[in-house]
Amino acid sequence: MSIASNASAGAPRIHLSQDMQQIIYRLLAAGLLCLALSLATDAFLTSNNILNVLRQASLLFFLASGLTLVILTGGLDLSVGANIGLSACLAATVIKATGSPILGTLTGLATGCVIGICNGLMVAKLRIPSFIATYGMLWVLHGITYYYMAGETIHGFPPGFRQIGSGHFLGIPIPVYLMVGFLVAGTVFAQRTVWGQQIYAIGANPVAARLTGIPIDRRLILVYAFSGAMAGVASIVFLARLNSAEGDIGEALTLPAIAAVLIGGASLFGGVGSVFGTFIGALILTLVLNGMNLLSVNANWQPLVTGVIVIFAVWLDMYGRRKA
Amino acid sequence: MRAVMDTTALIEPAPPPAPDRAPLLELRGISKNFPGVKALDDVSFGVWPGEVHMLLGENGAGKSSLMKVLCGAYQADAGDYFHNGEKIEIRSPADARRFGIAVIFQEFSLVPYLDVAQNIFLGREFASAIPGIMDRRRLYREAQAVLDLIGLDVDPRTKVHSLGVAQQQMVEIGKALSQDARILVMDEPTAALSDRETERLFEVMRQLQAKGVAIVYISHRMAEVFALGDRITVLRDGKLVGSALPGETSPDELVRMMVGRNVDMSYPRRFSTAPGELVLDVRNVCAANGIRDISLTVRSGEIVGLCGLVGSGRTEVARAIFGADEVTAGEVHLFGKSHSGGPAATTRAGVGLIPESRKSEGLALIRTVSDNLAVAGLPKLFPNMMFSRGKARRSAEELIKRLRIATPSPNQNVALLSGGNQQKVVIGKWLAAGTRLFIFDEPTRGIDVGAKSEIFALIDQLVAEGAAVLMISSEQAEIVHVCDRAYVMRGKRIVGELSRAELSEENIVRMGMHDD
Repeated sequence: MSIASNASAGAPRIHLSQDMQQIIYRLLAAGLLCLALSLATDAFLTSNNILNVLRQASLLFFLASGLTLVILTGGLDLSVGANIGLSACLAATVIKATGSPILGTLTGLATGCVIGICNGLMVAKLRIPSFIATYGMLWVLHGITYYYMAGETIHGFPPGFRQIGSGHFLGIPIPVYLMVGFLVAGTVFAQRTVWGQQIYAIGANPVAARLTGIPIDRRLILVYAFSGAMAGVASIVFLARLNSAEGDIGEALTLPAIAAVLIGGASLFGGVGSVFGTFIGALILTLVLNGMNLLSVNANWQPLVTGVIVIFAVWLDMYGRRKA
Repeated sequence: MRAVMDTTALIEPAPPPAPDRAPLLELRGISKNFPGVKALDDVSFGVWPGEVHMLLGENGAGKSSLMKVLCGAYQADAGDYFHNGEKIEIRSPADARRFGIAVIFQEFSLVPYLDVAQNIFLGREFASAIPGIMDRRRLYREAQAVLDLIGLDVDPRTKVHSLGVAQQQMVEIGKALSQDARILVMDEPTAALSDRETERLFEVMRQLQAKGVAIVYISHRMAEVFALGDRITVLRDGKLVGSALPGETSPDELVRMMVGRNVDMSYPRRFSTAPGELVLDVRNVCAANGIRDISLTVRSGEIVGLCGLVGSGRTEVARAIFGADEVTAGEVHLFGKSHSGGPAATTRAGVGLIPESRKSEGLALIRTVSDNLAVAGLPKLFPNMMFSRGKARRSAEELIKRLRIATPSPNQNVALLSGGNQQKVVIGKWLAAGTRLFIFDEPTRGIDVGAKSEIFALIDQLVAEGAAVLMISSEQAEIVHVCDRAYVMRGKRIVGELSRAELSEENIVRMGMHDD
C-alpha cells in the first residue's frame, strides 16, 4: 500500500502545457524535414545551403513576427506586404536624395510604423474589423505607391547599406543576426512583459479583458504599430538585398507570412501562439520550399504544398486540443 | 408610470369566466427538468375560450418554461395536454400551431430586413398560378386585412427594422392572429409600449376575447393584472402556488404568493454597526445605456444591494459605475475623489466588477487558472512591467489556498472548473489587483447551493476586512439576508431605498413591481 502510493507520488510527472507540446511537435517536424532532406540530397547539408535557408527565412520571419502579435489579439494585418512596398520606395528615395543610408533606414522604419499606427487606430478607435481595415489599407498603400513610383524603379544604393541585406559577419548573413535579435526580443516581449501577457488576455477574451481593466485600445495600437514597424524592417533588408525598389516589391509576401504564423501554431481566434512558434513556422515553410528546389520539383507546386501544410498544421492543433 | 396606471384603470371590468365548460386547453401535472433544476414541477393550468389568464411569478419561477412547454419548444418530461377535454400530444411547435396556439415572446422573431407583409406570412406565402412564384398582390392584400384587424396604421411594404418596438409588437400579434390563433400567449407585451399603444393593444385583446380567443398573459404590472385578468395563476420555483379570481384576491396577497418561503440556505454574514468611510458616491448619473438619475452610496464594510426585476437597469448601473458604458450626466466619486474614465481607469482606482455572465465577460476560458488569477493584478504584481511566470504562479497558489479553489493545479485550464470555482477565480483576480470596491452582478447565478454559501462567506470576509460591496441579485432572499441596505430599481431608475430593518422580500417585490 505504502509502496504503491510512494511509487505513484515519487514518479516524475512531466506535465507539458498545450503550448509546450505545440512547440515540441513543430521542432520535431522541422528536425525530420532536415533529416529527410539531408538523406535525399547532397546539396542540403552544406553550410552554404543552410545559411541560405536561414537568410530566406529571416525575411519571412520579420513580417510574421509582427503579424504574430496582431493574430494573438484575435486580429489580422493584411497590409504588411503593401506596407513593405511603400516603406521600401520611400526609404530608397531618401537614400538617393540624401546619400545617407541611416536617414533612409529611419524613413523606412518610420513609414512602416506610421502605417501600423493607422491600422491600430482604425481597429481600436473606429472599431473596424481588422480584416477590413487592413485590407482597405492594402489597396490604399498600393494606390499611393504606384502613383508615387509611376512604374519607375529606384536602384543602386551605397555598398554599406547593401551589407544589411547581403553582407556577412563571421561567415553568417547579417539578416540572420537580425532574425535572432528580433526572435529574442519578440519572445521576451510576449512572454516576459506585462504588456505581452495583456495581449494574450485580449485575444483570449476581449470582453473579459476590457472588464478586467486592460487598456485594450492602447495595446491594440501598439500591436499594429509593431506589425507595421516589422514590415519596415523587412522593407529595409529586402531593399538592401535587391539593391532596387519597385512599387510591388512586397506584394507576394503577405500570404506566406500568414502561413508561417499559422504553421507556427497561432490561432486566428486569438490568445494562442508564440513568436518562437512562428519562427519555427517560417523555418518549416522555407525548408519545404528549399527542399523542393533541391529535389527539382516544379516550382508551380509550391503554393499547393504550402496550402496543404497550413491546413494540416491547424487541423493537428485542433485535434490535439479536442483530445485534451 | 402614473400615466400607465390611469389608462389601464379606465378599462372596464372583464367578463366573468365560464368554468362550467371544458377548458380550451388544459395542462395536467406538467414537469420539466434541466440538469440540477426543476423548471416545472407538477404544474396544472387551463384556459377557457374568451378569457384572459394572468400568469405571475418572480424571475425564474417557471413562467417562461411553461410558455415554452405550451408552444412545443420544450417537451415536458411528465404530464398531459387536453384540448376541449380531449387528450392531445404537443411534441413540436408545429403541433402547437395545429391546435391554434401562438406565442409572442419578448424577443421578437421578426426578420428585420423583410417587410411587414412578408413577416406576417413568412413560410406561408401564397402561391401564384406560375409554380415557384409567389402571389405578391394577394400577400399585400391579406396583410392589409390583418393590419386593419389589429388597427395598425403602417404600409405592409414597410421594412420591419424601420418600425418602432410597439409597432413590431403589433406585427407579431398580427402574425399570430393570421395563423388563426385560438390561444394567444403573450409575455409582458406592454413592457415596451407607450400608454396609447398599450390602450390600443388592450382594445385588440378585448375584440379577440369577444371572438372566443383565449389569452395567456404574463405581466409584472399589478394594475394590468387586475384590469385585464379573468383568472390569475401564480408560479414559484417551478411549482403552482395557486389560482385566484381578481375579485377574490388583492395585490398584497399575490405578492405574498409570489415570494413565499424559501428553500433553506445559509447566508454567513456578520453585520457591523459602524460602516466606514464613503467609498462610492454616485450622484444623479444618467448613462448612454438608458439609466436615469441614479444616486447611491456604498461605504467600506457595507454590502449594498441593488435589486429590481430583470431589465430594470441594475446591470446598466454597474456598467456605468465601472466605466464600461458611457456616463452622460451626473458624477461618480470613488474614495472621495471625482472619477471618470473607462474600465482601465476604474480598475486602477480600486474597483472590480464580477460580471453576470462569468464565462463570456469574466474569464478567458482558453487560459489557465493561474493566467486568469493574474490578469487584473499584472501592473500591481509586476511594477517594473517585467512578467515572471514563477511569481504569477506563486500568487495564484496563494489565492487558490485562500479562496479554496478546487483545481488540481494552477496550470489547469479554467474552463474545466465548476461554476462555483470559476466564480472564485473571478473574485480572486480582483484580490490580486488590490481591489477595495467589489461590484457583484448576480454572484450566485448558475452555482450550486453549497458553493453559494462559500461565495457569501467570502463576500462577508471581504467586507469584514474593510472592502465595500455593491451586489446585484435577482434572488431577493440573498439581498435580504446579506445586505446592510438595498436600492430597488424599476424602469431604469432607483425607486426606493430599504434599510436593514425594512429589507424584506415583500417590500422588494412591491417596490419593484409596476403601478402597485
